[in-house]
Amino acid sequence: MIILKTEDITVGYTEVDILHDVHIKVRSGEIVSVIGPNGAGKSTLLKTIFGILKPRHGNVTFKDEDITGLKPDRVVRKGISYVPQVDNVFPSLTIQENMEMGAFIRRDDYSQRLDEVYDLFPVLRERKKQKVGQLSGGQRQMVAMGRALMLDPQVLLLDEPSAGLAPVLVSMIFEKIKEINATGVAMIIVEQNAREALKMAHHGYVLAMGRNVLNDKGEALLANEEVGRLYLGG
Amino acid sequence: MEIGGIIAYLVSLAIMAGIYAVFCLGLNIQWGYTGLFNIGIAGFFCIGAYVSALITTPKPTGMYAHYVQQIFGLNLPFIFGLLGAAIACGIIAFLIGIPTLKLGEDYLAIATLGIAETFRLIFNNEHWLANGPRGLMGLPQPFQGLVDPKHYNYIYLIIIVIIMVVIYLSIERAIRSPWGRVLRAVREDEVSAGMSGKDIFRFKMQSLVFGAMVMGIGGALYAHYTKAISPDVFTPLYGTFIIWVMLMAGGSGNNKGAILGAYAVWGIWIGAKFMTDFLPYTLKARAPYIRFLLVMILLEIILIYRPQGLLGEEKKVSKLIE
Amino acid sequence: MAELIIYGIVLGSIISLGAIGLSLVYGIIRFANFAHGDFLTAGAYIALFLVTGVFSWIGIPDNTFGALSFGWQMVIAFPVSMAVVGCVAIALDRILYRKLRQKRSGAVMLAMSSLGAAFIIRMIILIIWGADSLFYRPGLMRPALELPLGIKIRPDQILILLIVFFLVGLLHLFLQNTKMGKAMRATADNMELALISGINTERIIIWTWGIGGALAAAGGILYGIDVQLHPYMGWNFLIPLFAATILGTIGNIYGALIGGLTIGIAQQVSTAFLLPTYKLAVAFIIMILILLIRPKGIFGKD
Repeated sequence: MIILKTEDITVGYTEVDILHDVHIKVRSGEIVSVIGPNGAGKSTLLKTIFGILKPRHGNVTFKDEDITGLKPDRVVRKGISYVPQVDNVFPSLTIQENMEMGAFIRRDDYSQRLDEVYDLFPVLRERKKQKVGQLSGGQRQMVAMGRALMLDPQVLLLDEPSAGLAPVLVSMIFEKIKEINATGVAMIIVEQNAREALKMAHHGYVLAMGRNVLNDKGEALLANEEVGRLYLGG
Repeated sequence: MEIGGIIAYLVSLAIMAGIYAVFCLGLNIQWGYTGLFNIGIAGFFCIGAYVSALITTPKPTGMYAHYVQQIFGLNLPFIFGLLGAAIACGIIAFLIGIPTLKLGEDYLAIATLGIAETFRLIFNNEHWLANGPRGLMGLPQPFQGLVDPKHYNYIYLIIIVIIMVVIYLSIERAIRSPWGRVLRAVREDEVSAGMSGKDIFRFKMQSLVFGAMVMGIGGALYAHYTKAISPDVFTPLYGTFIIWVMLMAGGSGNNKGAILGAYAVWGIWIGAKFMTDFLPYTLKARAPYIRFLLVMILLEIILIYRPQGLLGEEKKVSKLIE
Repeated sequence: MAELIIYGIVLGSIISLGAIGLSLVYGIIRFANFAHGDFLTAGAYIALFLVTGVFSWIGIPDNTFGALSFGWQMVIAFPVSMAVVGCVAIALDRILYRKLRQKRSGAVMLAMSSLGAAFIIRMIILIIWGADSLFYRPGLMRPALELPLGIKIRPDQILILLIVFFLVGLLHLFLQNTKMGKAMRATADNMELALISGINTERIIIWTWGIGGALAAAGGILYGIDVQLHPYMGWNFLIPLFAATILGTIGNIYGALIGGLTIGIAQQVSTAFLLPTYKLAVAFIIMILILLIRPKGIFGKD
């Protein structure tokens, strides 16, 4: 079932539009990867879905409800969480406190959820009283994702999760992404690392110059020669 | 009151508003065009007035020296007082700018505030500088001997208007030049202006200094109009904030707005003085506070509902195109 | 000299209360609040109003406690005044600053409007009470205690130190252990991420103003108890407040505490060689030096 889709999204930060008539579809529990060259507007797409930007034209639908233009604090309450690419943690707070902030709007007892998130990232459990600012890049990224998971989202938006990480950490992060997906969370992943992103994806979208170029099953895109040449570095 | 008296009164209002207009023009360079938040105008006011006073009066000698102390006294004509005031303020602005221009706007604000208060303290306590709290009196006026003292103000008004026009035209010319365009680019978006290779700091400093020099002239004009100055004249209220209200009301980024704002707000101020004359006796002593309260509320209303002031920013075009 | 330092600590602790509030507001809302000094003044005068007027009228007894210079009236007036100024600060935000925030006015417009607000508060106080200095208890003798090590300090002043450290401790517990406190720290770190997490940042802003205003009011009342009240008392604190906040690194509560104590001590010690009226200039010069040498303050990260 299609849990989230966008249709004809046209949006920009100023008078100049970055995206033109972009559409994507995500099914429950699916990983959708959005790839494409720098400046293609991939991050802008996530920000529009999450309500940070309001599209000039087009709509965003979540579980058959039109959420176009809803502000982030409303969107997050619907069941969509967002992990920005940078500035995605609270550095002077501890890991535990970051998680607590992630769960801020929950009124119930979330200790079980907290356990589940720590099970996913055991390294964080060990250091839960440490200030996040002192952690390494890979650990920070885990905190960033953990914070977003505290609300039990049905869709998780990840903006370049592997950016700035050393290769061995990149595979670790992608492993974690697969684990998270295994619990039933649908994800939209925007990635520079197109090859890895497509490997995990059920479905992939290629964006260039703010427009849809291609979409297909993940494996099909990986096998596609043109995609390989243009976007996967040969 | 007979017509002659009314006209004389209006002339004195026009002079005072004109002096404030000069300050507004100076602030407009710093804030209107460059976005520098200077809340220490009173400091430049003070320095401009005192330097001009010291330059144009003789150093007290003999018995007179018992009553009045001055650090120096050059007894030069009015024009040197004006120039000295401008140069002194320019130098002070330069010195203040060095530590503060590289930092954020809020820091410049608190630094200018501190400077203004510090100068007032120094002039008040260091009697050897300029007679401490008693201040300096009997300041000369240009072309004093030419007319009957009763009619002198007309001459002074003409002098003020000439100076105001000269300053106005100079600023207008400067703003339409390439220098002016960089200034505006800096105010709009410092980061991109910086990326195009311009030395932002130098432009901000030039703007700060230029504006301060104009303010120094304003201070000198004040001193020679009132013929007596003392540290308690240069308060934050009368020396800084009323000028801000004037510029915001008239339109920051607009020289005509600066002048208009000065006259309009001074008119409101004087009008408020008349109105508070009708207050019951018990409130009379509070009249200045009530007046200032109303003016500050006016400022808040302007900031929220019409931040561009009466005239708004002038649409400027390059000198080449005009 | 020891006396100067002791008194410097007392004065410094009062400065700290204001600086902590200023630091909180700047750290969370990114706004240099020039009206903060006048929050101090407002706190002192509201307490005056309660103590000299309302409470006597209600009939609360007012015998002084032992060697201290106040009684039950002040004990009740203190938190009440803090709450009132907290509300005034919140009201100022709702009426003025929030509108400017919504219009995306720059930091300078906000600072300018806070200057206007500062004058408005001060003019109201001048209109109601006039320009003379006032006292909570005129004519009271307040002798100093002689403590061991030759330290001379008034009983009032010992209590001031205790109250300041109590309030700071309370604030610390609040920020570290309560959900709202943690949310305030989170918002100070990264307001955009707080919004993304669903945190209601407008509520956070309200709390920030409430706490900042309340702490400033406390500082004003303590100063009024120790010295005197006059309408410019808070404005005269503005530069020391900013100096302390900048010294302690903007946004850092403990830095503001240390900054306040440092400025207070420096100001008092300066009276050994300079006229007391120059205390303000001393705070200002220290601030300029910090801006030149280490603008991010003692806890700043380079």
